Amino acid sequence: MLRLHYNLEKVSMGLVAAIMVAASIGGIVEIAPLFTIDETVTLPDDLRPHTPLELAGREIYVREGCYACHSQMVRSLADELDRYGPYSLAAESAYDHPMLWGSKRTGPDLARLGEKYSDAWHVAHLRDPRAVVPASIMPAYPWLGRPLDTRLLEAQLATLARLGVPYDDAMIANAEADALAQSRPASDGAAAVVARYGERIAMRAFDGDAERLTEMDAVVAYLQSLGTLTNAPYQIIGGGEQ
Amino acid sequence: MVGTLTRSERRIGIVLSVSLGLLGLGMAAGARHGVMAVHGMMALGLGLALIFHIGGALYDEPEPAPGRSGRYYDAPTRFGIGMTLLWAIVGMAAGVWVAALLYWPEATPPWPWTSFGRLRPVHTTGVIFGFGGNALIATSFHVLQRTSRARLADALSPWVVLIGYNLFCAWAVTGYLMGSTQSKEYAEAEWYADLWLVVVWSVYFTLYIRTLARRNEPHIYVANWYYLAFILVVAMLHVVNNLALPVSLGAADSFTIWSGVQDAMIQWWYGHNAVAFFLTAGFLGMLYYFLPVRSGRPIWSYRLSIVSFWGIVFFYIWVGSHHLHYTALPYWAQTLGMTFSVMLLVPSWASAGNAIATLNGAWHKVRDDATLRFMFVAAVFYGLSTFEGSFLAIRPVNSLSHYTDWTVGHVHAGTLGWVAMIVFGAIYTLVPQLAGRETMAWPRAIEWHFWSAVGGTLVYVIAMWNAGITQGLMWRTYDESGALSYSFIESVRTMAPYYLLRTLGGAMFLGGAVICALNCRATMRAAGGREDAADHPLSLHPAE
Ligand code: HEC
Repeated sequence: MLRLHYNLEKVSMGLVAAIMVAASIGGIVEIAPLFTIDETVTLPDDLRPHTPLELAGREIYVREGCYACHSQMVRSLADELDRYGPYSLAAESAYDHPMLWGSKRTGPDLARLGEKYSDAWHVAHLRDPRAVVPASIMPAYPWLGRPLDTRLLEAQLATLARLGVPYDDAMIANAEADALAQSRPASDGAAAVVARYGERIAMRAFDGDAERLTEMDAVVAYLQSLGTLTNAPYQIIGGGEQ
Repeated sequence: MVGTLTRSERRIGIVLSVSLGLLGLGMAAGARHGVMAVHGMMALGLGLALIFHIGGALYDEPEPAPGRSGRYYDAPTRFGIGMTLLWAIVGMAAGVWVAALLYWPEATPPWPWTSFGRLRPVHTTGVIFGFGGNALIATSFHVLQRTSRARLADALSPWVVLIGYNLFCAWAVTGYLMGSTQSKEYAEAEWYADLWLVVVWSVYFTLYIRTLARRNEPHIYVANWYYLAFILVVAMLHVVNNLALPVSLGAADSFTIWSGVQDAMIQWWYGHNAVAFFLTAGFLGMLYYFLPVRSGRPIWSYRLSIVSFWGIVFFYIWVGSHHLHYTALPYWAQTLGMTFSVMLLVPSWASAGNAIATLNGAWHKVRDDATLRFMFVAAVFYGLSTFEGSFLAIRPVNSLSHYTDWTVGHVHAGTLGWVAMIVFGAIYTLVPQLAGRETMAWPRAIEWHFWSAVGGTLVYVIAMWNAGITQGLMWRTYDESGALSYSFIESVRTMAPYYLLRTLGGAMFLGGAVICALNCRATMRAAGGREDAADHPLSLHPAE
């Protein structure tokens, strides 16, 4: 090997080629199978994608860098099951571009957060965390009360559909209307949202004000959806309904 | 810059600047509003500034003296070191500020762009890509020329690389402030910035290979193997991890083509190899050149450097999955990551040992010369943090450390203790040379910098070790009745003193970096004279 290298270091393109080969093998062996094996590609029948409103909330979660302090990946360790709930399955984030598993828990894991708290709790907490949890070091997000910009939603759903997320043409075409309707359960469009995304989605004025569609509506809708996109983890681990 | 270019090069420079301005105009016009429009205006402004800068001197400044192909080209290195120091201060200041926010969250002003989540990537991108990246590019130009005994292949591409790269960094951090991010850690910049970086990187690689082709040495020196591995593998990682579909060509918004578990694997394949090939390989290149130069001793073992080079290139790429222990990633992939992480200790310690053994016989210099001491401490921290890294990758250890501040402590042992120390050692060796002097302007200040850097690193790392282990234990402790002993918020409350200490450690380190920047400025100022005054005739002796 030393001899080989001795000759190689006289030929720059040879060195380049050898580096590329040596540095590719590990990645290929570890990554390529993940696109084929059952463990990582089978999806539960009841898995649904995010609604447009939840997706908008997810985009805000990304924008504000919530993932820097919160993981969304319950590991298969006893204390995590006791603290957070059933461990996370690969399938749960199958439609997530990108995944938000996170790497740091300055705050708690959020994978099983959906419906743990009331909407009002979240609204108060996001506006001023220390008003609700005095020792909290989470930043306040007072600006989330501003109107939600829904103009990109249709294009976002279309892009995700192209990447394989099961949004059909009607979902894409109605993305903006559906976002509004999800926060106005009494409105005309509400029934169509349920028809498209299923009975299990939450239909509420998440920020407590049905008149205005705000970023707060979107974030809270997203937080309340965490861990509820499929029932599979509860069936495998908890032995039944949530 | 302009004085080192010929008239025809200046003309091409203007054409390139006009193209940059037009690109910016196109982006701004296509996007109309939002982040991409702001970034378009930034490119347009930069293009215009360059047009005026070069155009203003097109015929005024004299052309470089005819014999320049026999001299090294150091003006780009000088500019790159300046950018390194600028980003050091920006990136580290952002880091100290976000560290303070974790102790004192009420200090967050009510404007979205000052929020923790938006500033945190400003810190990471600022220090990794701004500070580290500029240091790598600037020193690579210097080392490449000296070890090849050849001038850079042309005079324009180094400027394209440096200016283009800094535009990428500036787009990235301003984007985060405005809320534009892909959320992939250490790869947050949006799609058009990523594409731009691919262009810049191709120019960098081409320049490197073309210069190597002109070398007057039969062998390619070990430092260049590492710089090459850095350039090549970072390109591969960057392209694969950032493959994304833009939502529209006029918006700074895209979705990565990867999802879920595949995305997680690719992200940490990228993330850990950003550590490997950006924060390790490139800086080992720096170490393999500046340590022998400064200590006046040849590398201890050539064979060991070969073994550790190929070990690092081959093993590192497997280890990313140790970031995903006990997650939904298949068990076999986690096990592979763990196994290779442990094996990686061998080439890592071979490199660290090789560096330290090189100092054998020069210990009196380590004692007296703060610059050499920076490099010695860097090698020691490299050894420590690679040991810690292999340890943390072991599954049961990782069950405790993952998600906690222990990881943060580990990363900073590597970045403050190893990466930043070797950069400072290289800078203090290089800057007097670039200024055509024997020493820095304020030699005493190097000592102050050294001690504040070492002190700051130790305070930081020890605080985070304590914080992380405490957190990990509190999260998993059960009481007699079989219930968890601590609520999450109790663990948060316990962190307060550690977070305060960490902020102080970081501030000490930042203080040292500020001293370094001022010292470098004073040294460069004292140089005066023409811009290429410090270019050295090609050495007639074989390279080190
Ligand atoms: C600086 C780190 C940090 C950032 C950034 C952050 N959080 Fe938090 N978060 C915390 C901490 C610490 C707690 C625990 C104390 C508390 O409940 O406020 C917490 C708690 C929470 C909780 C309650 C979880 C539970 O199970 O009790 C939610 C929900 C939450 N955060 C959502 C968010 C959202 C949404 C964002 C982004 C808009 C965000 N956080 C950004 C640190 C952070």
